[in-house]
Amino acid sequence: MKIRFLIAAIAAVFVTGSAYSATLDDVMARGNLECGVSTGLVGFASPDAEGEWEGFDVDYCRALAAAIFGDSNAVEFTPVSTKNRFTALAAGEFDILARNTTWTFSRDTDLKQTFLGINFYDGQGFMVRADLGVSSASELDGASVCIQTGTTTELNLADFFRVNGMSYEPVPIEDNAEAKEQFFAQACDAYTTDRSGLASTRAAAENLDDYVVLPEVVSKEPLGPLVRHGDDQWADIGRWVLNALIIAEEKGLTSANVREMASAPTNDPEINRLLGTEGTYADMVGLPNDWAVHMIEQVGNYGEIFERNIGVNTPIGLTRGVNDLWTNGGLIYAPPYR
Amino acid sequence: MSDHSFVRTEMLGSQAPPMMEGSVLGWIRYNLFSGPLNSLLTIISGLLVVYLLAEILPWVFLSSWTATSLRECREVIPLTYGEGTTGACWAVIRERYLQLFYGFYPRELYWRVNLTFIMMLIALAPILFPKLPRQMLYFSGVYPFLGYWLLWGGTIWTPFLTLAGLIVGYLVFNFLNEKRGLLIGTIVGTLLIIFWFLFGVIPVSVFLSENVTPLAIEIVESEQFGGFTLSVIIGATGIAASLPIGILLALGRKSDLLIVKSLCVGFIEFIRGVPLITLLFVASTLLNYFLPPGTNFDIILRVVIMVTLFAAAYMAEVIRGGLAALPRGQYEAGDALGLDYWKSMRLIVLPQALKISIPGIVSTFIGLFKDTTLVSIIGLLDPIGLSRAIRSDTAWNGIVWELYAFVAAVFFVFCFAMSRYSIYLEKKLETGHR
Repeated sequence: MKIRFLIAAIAAVFVTGSAYSATLDDVMARGNLECGVSTGLVGFASPDAEGEWEGFDVDYCRALAAAIFGDSNAVEFTPVSTKNRFTALAAGEFDILARNTTWTFSRDTDLKQTFLGINFYDGQGFMVRADLGVSSASELDGASVCIQTGTTTELNLADFFRVNGMSYEPVPIEDNAEAKEQFFAQACDAYTTDRSGLASTRAAAENLDDYVVLPEVVSKEPLGPLVRHGDDQWADIGRWVLNALIIAEEKGLTSANVREMASAPTNDPEINRLLGTEGTYADMVGLPNDWAVHMIEQVGNYGEIFERNIGVNTPIGLTRGVNDLWTNGGLIYAPPYR
Repeated sequence: MSDHSFVRTEMLGSQAPPMMEGSVLGWIRYNLFSGPLNSLLTIISGLLVVYLLAEILPWVFLSSWTATSLRECREVIPLTYGEGTTGACWAVIRERYLQLFYGFYPRELYWRVNLTFIMMLIALAPILFPKLPRQMLYFSGVYPFLGYWLLWGGTIWTPFLTLAGLIVGYLVFNFLNEKRGLLIGTIVGTLLIIFWFLFGVIPVSVFLSENVTPLAIEIVESEQFGGFTLSVIIGATGIAASLPIGILLALGRKSDLLIVKSLCVGFIEFIRGVPLITLLFVASTLLNYFLPPGTNFDIILRVVIMVTLFAAAYMAEVIRGGLAALPRGQYEAGDALGLDYWKSMRLIVLPQALKISIPGIVSTFIGLFKDTTLVSIIGLLDPIGLSRAIRSDTAWNGIVWELYAFVAAVFFVFCFAMSRYSIYLEKKLETGHR
C-alpha cells in the first residue's frame, strides 16, 4: 500500500508539473517575453556590438513585447540552431519562435506547432556571376551549382532541372558561409538558396554588380513565427500582433504618427478599434487597451520593419516584391480588425 | 726507474675548437647543409616559408583597425596602401573583442567575470606549483562555489549551503567510519548529501535570504553567457571534474569487484563509443523530453555535465595506461607493507601512474578545451557561434578569416600554456624511471 501511495504521489507531482498553464500569465508573471531567434542570419537576427539583437524576426518579438508590456525591450532572445529549434520550443525554453521557419504541413501537424501567419514570403532562387551573361534560370543547362547538402533546396534544385529537361553539376556545400566563399572563388557558376539568403550573400560581395539574382523562384518558403499547440489565447495574441503590424501599414499608421492618431478618434473606425479609441477589442484577447499604440510607436508598422532591416536602403537591398501589401500587388494581407 | 722521459709533467693548454664547431656558421653547416639532399630540402623549405610569409604578412599588416563596416574596410585599405591591396579588416575585432570575450554578460558587471578568472588562477596556483603554501588549497576548495556565485549572481546562501552540506556529509562519514565501519559511513554520508541537495538547499536558502539577509548580487541568466567566458567555464569545469572521475573509473576498471568493474567498463565503453556532438544533442534536446515540461534545467549545466562525462571516460583510459605500465611489484609492495587498498593506491600506485600519464592527461585536457567550440552547434554562442552571429550583422556580412584568426590565436595561448606546463611538470617529476 505504501509503495502504491508513493507511486501515485510521484505521478501526481509529474502530472501537475506537466499541465500547461496559460503562456500569457507566465509571461506576465516573469515580466518579460522569451523569444527564440536564429543564431545569426543577416537581416533577420544578429547581435550588435552592444549585444542588442536586431533584425526582421527580432523586431517581430519586440513588437509582441511592446504589445504585452508596452516596452519593446521587455524581451529576452534565445539563439537556437535549425536542429534544436522545435524541441526547444516544445520544451518551453521560450514562448515563441521567430526564426525564419518555413510553414509546412508536417511541422504544423506532426510536430504540434501553431504557425501564426506569414511575415515573409521567401522562395528558392539562383544567383550567377554577371559575366556569364545569363538572364534566366532556364539558360543554366550544364552549369555547376553550389548547393547546401541535406536541405529542401537540394531537392527543389533537382526537381527544377528535371522538369526543364536540363542537366547540372552539383557542388555540395556545408553551410551558407562556406557557400559564399566558394561562390565568390568561382568554384561554381550558380548558387542556389532562398532569395533572402541570395540577397545577403550578394551584399557581402566586393562588387555587387558582379553578381545577378535570376528572376525565377522555384519553391515556396513562407516564413512566419510559431508557438506550441495547446494555448489558443497565446496563439491569438501572436497572430494579431502580426496582423496589426500589417493593418497599420495598410492604414498608414507609422511610428511617427500613431501617437497623434490615438489621441482622439479618427474618421476610420478600424484605426479607432485598433488603437483603442473605440470599443474594447483588446480585452477580448487579454491585452492592454493601447497595446497597438505602444507597439507601432516603438517598433513601427510592417513596412517600416521591412525597410529598416532588409529593405532597399539596407546593404541587403530586398525590394518588397511579393512581400508588398495586397493593395500594391503583393501577398501581405491581414483579416479585418473587427 | 726514473727514466720515464716520455711522461709529460704539465698539461697542454686546450685548443680552440675547429672553425666549424660551435660557431653559427658551423651550426648552419651541420644542421641545414650537411649533404646535397639536406641542402636541397633546406632551400625548398626556405623558399616555401618566404613565399607564405610574403602572402600572409601584407594581409596581416596592411589592414584597417578603424573602419566601422566591411564595406568601409574595402574602401579604406586600397586608399591607404595603394590600389589593389587586400588587407585584413581587423576593425571587426576592435569593435567586437569585448563581445568575443564576455558574450552578452552585462557590461557593468564585467568585473565579476574578471575577478572570477583571476581567482581561478589563484586557486589553480597551489595545485600547479607545490612550492606555494599549502593553506592556499583551502581557497581552491572554496573557489568553485565562490566562482559560481560571482558568475551567475543571486543569493550567496545557495552555494554556501551546498558547500556546508558537503562538509557536514564528510564529517558524518568520518564519524561513522570510525564507529561503524567504512560501508555504513559511505552509504549514510552519500545519502545525507544527496538528500540535502535535492530537498534542503533551495528551501533553506530561500528561507535565509527572505528572513535573515539576502546577501544577493544581481542575477545573470545563462542566456547571457557567451564567448571565451563560456569556453573557459565549460573547459575549466570539465577539466577539474573529469580528472578525479577519470581516476575513479580507471581504478574501478582494474578492480576485482565484479559489479564495480562491469559498471565502469560499461560506462567507459559507452561514452567512448558515442561522438561528443551526440551527447551534446542529448543535453540540448533529448533531455527536454524526459524531464517534466517547465523544468528549467540550466543549459550550461547540462552541457558541462555531458562534456565532463565524455572527458572522464577518455581520462580513465589514459590513466589505466599509466596503471598498466607500473611493474606488478609496486602493487605487491603496497600489499606487503600492510596498506589498505585506498592507502596503497594513494601513496604508491597513483603517484607513479599519474606521472607516467601526464602527457596523455594534458592532451585530453587540451582536446576537451578545444571541443568546447562544438557547443556552437547546439545554439550556444561560444567564440565560434559568436563569430557566426557577428558575420550576420549587415556591417560585417562577408567577413571570415579575421574572426577565425582571432579565435584561433586566443585558443592557442590557452592550449600552449597547458602544454608548456605539462613539459615543466614532466621535467620536475623526472625521478629516474629510465
